[in-house]
Amino acid sequence: MNEVNLEEEKEPLINLINIYKIYQMGNTEVRASNGINLKIHKGEFVAIVGKSGSGKSTIMNIIGALDVPTQGQYILDGQDVSTMRDDELAEVRNKTIGFIFQQYNLLAKQNILDNVELPLLYAGLRKSERRERAIASLERVGIADKWKNKPNQLSGGQQQRVSVARALVGNPSLILADEPTGALDSKTSREVLDFLNVLNLEGNTIVLITHDNSIAEEANRVVRIQDGVIVFDGPVEDYKRSRT
Amino acid sequence: MSIFQAFKLAGESILGSKMRSFLTMLGMIIGVFSVITLVGLMNGVTNYVISTFSELGTNTITVSVTNTDTRVVDVDDVYDFVEENSAVFDAVSPKVTSQYTIKNSTTSESKTVTGVGEDYMDMNSLILASGRFIQYADIKNRYQGCVIGSYIVDKIFDGVASVGDTMKIDGNVYTIVGILEEQADSEENSADDCIYIPYSAATRLAKSTSISSYTFTAMDSDYVDIGKKLLDSFLYSILKDEDLYNISTMAELLEQMNEMTDMLGLILYGIAGISLLVAGIGIMNIMLVSVVERTKEIGIRKSLGAKTWDIMWQFVIEAAAISSFGGILGIILGWVVTTTVGNALGVNAAPGTGATLLAFGISAAIGIGFGYMPAKKAAKLNPIDALRSE
Repeated sequence: MNEVNLEEEKEPLINLINIYKIYQMGNTEVRASNGINLKIHKGEFVAIVGKSGSGKSTIMNIIGALDVPTQGQYILDGQDVSTMRDDELAEVRNKTIGFIFQQYNLLAKQNILDNVELPLLYAGLRKSERRERAIASLERVGIADKWKNKPNQLSGGQQQRVSVARALVGNPSLILADEPTGALDSKTSREVLDFLNVLNLEGNTIVLITHDNSIAEEANRVVRIQDGVIVFDGPVEDYKRSRT
Repeated sequence: MSIFQAFKLAGESILGSKMRSFLTMLGMIIGVFSVITLVGLMNGVTNYVISTFSELGTNTITVSVTNTDTRVVDVDDVYDFVEENSAVFDAVSPKVTSQYTIKNSTTSESKTVTGVGEDYMDMNSLILASGRFIQYADIKNRYQGCVIGSYIVDKIFDGVASVGDTMKIDGNVYTIVGILEEQADSEENSADDCIYIPYSAATRLAKSTSISSYTFTAMDSDYVDIGKKLLDSFLYSILKDEDLYNISTMAELLEQMNEMTDMLGLILYGIAGISLLVAGIGIMNIMLVSVVERTKEIGIRKSLGAKTWDIMWQFVIEAAAISSFGGILGIILGWVVTTTVGNALGVNAAPGTGATLLAFGISAAIGIGFGYMPAKKAAKLNPIDALRSE
């Protein structure tokens, strides 16, 4: 609680100002984001929770620089992302954000080392440096010995660890995890969540997107989205209390 | 992303689906193969024909005249003309050619008989195996003697003939005075398939009084043009009509032939171009399918920071690699087949480095050209939609 208040003085890492995302579906207008204001500071572990269709995926796409809002301003790490062109967004994703996806999203034909190197490849790093950093990242998630394997030779939990290694390798300011446990059994889910906690304790900023309240309660702060607006934003303790 | 990296990705992708890559390449292989082979064989045959013609002498001038009742080109006048212009002309021989029935005791064949002058042997670099060639006295006396090639020896005399043997040409008995050395494997219609007799005897056989064809040799191939001019004024002074004679030189003939083979070459290139175009469309087709199949991969790459250009590169290089690798296989296959068939035909067939480089360049360019559209499509994919696809 206190920590968050202290950070309030500084420039937030994520600053969503009055974000609207409006889709035209035939004659009807769908407001997937309907005026969202959200600040997330460095070192926070925030869960964005909402049912399917609540607009949480839209807000995750905007936070992840995969999409731009129809209206409003998004400042990420001091940069205005909301008006960027495709290649500028790609640059932001590459340098600033580490993605962890539900389906791991590893390239099936490449071994896990090449997979982890991928963000560094697009960052334009030399081969030797890519290799070094990718191995270090794989060691961090405890799977470096399998670097030669293809993703389909690994278990789901191991694949998710590879995707965590890939998210970490570029040393991003933000780790964005989209339903990271959605495809895992409860034991491996636990492992991944524990690992996210460790990463947060090490100072990484984590935004976790989930539909599952029990997963959301792993975070320190919960943001609940419903019909494109934030209906709850507060510490996890308050969130738990509000649900009982 | 470096070019090297793009090539590595392309290599992995090509090896990742070998069968499909091969089938995609097949169009390019066949296209380039046919270019290389057609051009190579055509070059070989053209060179063969040209060298054969050149052997006949580039300093040769052939004249054909149509004698009228009142205006006749006399043989003696022609010889005098050559004598007067001995700085330009080396020699002349009348040429009286007709088809006759050749008989000896056992065989009867229809063959071409050529009436020539005494210089004909030197003019055409003929070599005697035995006996002598037609001489001035034979011509004066209309002597019924003949010089024959090795094919005639085989065909009429069953391979055994000697000076002094006789045969009948159109019922008249001719004595063999000379036998020529074999020069073309004794094949039919080759240089070995020949019977030479004095031109005076030939005109009598043809029941004609004048001679309508002459072969001249210039002192040097540089004198051919001036020789042609001299002949023109000489013949015009006698016949008074340009339509009654025709002067042609081997150089002109060669030129005409070159024009013809160039035309043929253009047609071949056109056909080859179409087949390469079809190959290119095949590659584009597969690349488009590949982009759809790899939508997820493209989404992953884009989400991790791949820019439009990175994705473009990846697909363009892949198409170019498939295409140029197919091109290289086609070139290798083309060279092998060209050389083999060339050897079998006995011509020195080679496509040449020019055509080879062109074929390679075109195949690479087609890959880039036809890979561009699918690559553009891939690069324009929205990362969110691409990630969501399965």
